[in-house]
Amino acid sequence: MSTEAPETPPAREDARRGTLTSSRGRLADPIFKWVVTACGALVLVILALMVLRTVSEAWPVFVKEGFFGFLVGDTWDAGGSRDEITGTYGAWPFIYGTLVTAVIALAIALPLAIMVAVYLTHMAPRRLAKPLSYTVELLAAVPSVIFGLWGLHWFLPNVLRPFFEFLEATLGWFFLFEGPVRGVGYLPAGIVLAIMILPIMTAIIREVVAVQPLEQQMAAYALGSTRWEVVSKVVLPSSFSGIVAATMLGLGRALGETIAVLMLIGGSQSWGASLFGTGSSMASHIAATFGEASPEGRTGLMAIGVALFLVTMIVNILARVIVWRLGQHTGDAAV
Amino acid sequence: MSTTTTTPPTPSAPSGHTPLSVRSRGAGTRRIKDRVSTVVLTAAMVIAMIPLVLIIFEVTRRGIGVVDLDFITQREPPPRREGGGYVAGFVGTLYIMALAVLMSIPFGIATAVYIVEYGPNRLTAVIRFFTDVMTGIPSIFVGLFVYGLLVVGWGGLGFGTFVGAVAIAVMMLPIVTRSAEEMLRLVPQEIRNASYGLGARKWQTIVHTVLPAAGPGLATGSMLAVARGIGETAPLMLTAFGSGLIVTAFQGSAQGAVPLQLYRGASQPFEAGIDRAWGAALCLFALVLLFTVVARWIGSRGASRTS
Repeated sequence: MSTEAPETPPAREDARRGTLTSSRGRLADPIFKWVVTACGALVLVILALMVLRTVSEAWPVFVKEGFFGFLVGDTWDAGGSRDEITGTYGAWPFIYGTLVTAVIALAIALPLAIMVAVYLTHMAPRRLAKPLSYTVELLAAVPSVIFGLWGLHWFLPNVLRPFFEFLEATLGWFFLFEGPVRGVGYLPAGIVLAIMILPIMTAIIREVVAVQPLEQQMAAYALGSTRWEVVSKVVLPSSFSGIVAATMLGLGRALGETIAVLMLIGGSQSWGASLFGTGSSMASHIAATFGEASPEGRTGLMAIGVALFLVTMIVNILARVIVWRLGQHTGDAAV
Repeated sequence: MSTTTTTPPTPSAPSGHTPLSVRSRGAGTRRIKDRVSTVVLTAAMVIAMIPLVLIIFEVTRRGIGVVDLDFITQREPPPRREGGGYVAGFVGTLYIMALAVLMSIPFGIATAVYIVEYGPNRLTAVIRFFTDVMTGIPSIFVGLFVYGLLVVGWGGLGFGTFVGAVAIAVMMLPIVTRSAEEMLRLVPQEIRNASYGLGARKWQTIVHTVLPAAGPGLATGSMLAVARGIGETAPLMLTAFGSGLIVTAFQGSAQGAVPLQLYRGASQPFEAGIDRAWGAALCLFALVLLFTVVARWIGSRGASRTS
């Protein structure tokens, strides 16, 4: 994309006659370049500031608890002090809640996303493929607070709760499905998260599946393969890294999602093995307690934020590196 | 296919090849597997569509009775009383979004111009990569960052409209940049060369030729970013903080927003407040859909014109 031509005008010697002589004109180009360069560098400045500010803000908590002590401690008892750290800060219940809801979401969304992507690229009637993928991507446009409202006041009482009671009655002996069913909890939060991360995962897998070389598929058909054999033995194996990338991007979204999880997870500070139990994720705990927190408590929340940021950054960078190596452009729904 | 093909009991021709008329073992299972997979994948597609349909249906059903003129012109009463509306939230959202648009869209487009027109080099590669990464930063963390930077930290500005807008702008910036970048790449090189050929400088070419040519695409990306920013809740909880009153202050007193008010209404136990939350959800959803659909429409029109 280099457009070098005008920067080295061939007619340097008769420049004094042309427009290039005016000092305003001569300065305008470098100035413009510096302005847009500065705007571009702003992204890096913002990211650097993010890391600096939040880490320095959260530092006292990490100093007191130790980084790993902070991650594995399971008591969160924010002190009310103004300028020192008096409480106990262990983020494990929230880390557990984050992991459990994200795993539930991925377990549901990943198979569904693969199936939808394959359907859209290989099975949908040509005329329907575009409107259908558009509809799935529209789901990404729904604000997360609406997912929360819908999940809490319609989906949970009308669909999930009866389903949970059935699960509890039949599989209640299994530790994951131990009662009591309270309604809100890890499982409903995870299920709604699955709906929320479905569009981005579908969009990426669909693009990866769509660019698999046609020759190989044609060759497989020529050998007498059925459509399912072509998909399962030719297309999906070679799309593997794209599917991994989509999974990680979905995971990144699921880890950081706040409002919908906050409304559905129950907001307790405990943790337990049962998926029907209530808890908090890291993001939901920050949002739930921030308003009433003391200055010291906010420092503790900042520390949770830093831990969350670290995890999502690692996941996202890995995902982006994979996507970049594939040379894929992610669609609008993916941003 | 035909059922008669399986009847001849000759397993192989003298040459050792199996004639095509003999069905190989497992052909039936393979066909059944193929059929089953088609049914399962179609079912998955249907399942993936259901949530959106349900959400649209339910938000419309519960919200349509609530939204009226009062809803957008009156303040919200205490949650257990009926009537009233979200005017504080609407004013706040409008105010915050206007500021966020002013901050994020110029910077986002300028970044894209740098990446496309002055790249590729090492800095543009780094910027592109981190713009991509930035789209995955949790929204609550952006709120914490702006809180730490501007509300209590170096800025010490307190809660308010401006800091809320900064948080939303940080959320929108990577979306604007990435879409603008793709749109600028679509501008044909010939147009640039024609401009240079007429003696225009590089900045003149960019400002007068490249940006107008990419105009519809830039509008699409910006509108998608607005659609995303308008529904953001988590960053605002930590920066604008929320208010039930109409706030006109630029900075210094807590500002309301529709998503914040919606969240508060939905998470208390009173029916009247929850009803209003559904109304707000309908308004918010309609706005987001409007922006998304119009953006796509402009985008597709622009694309068909240039191709």
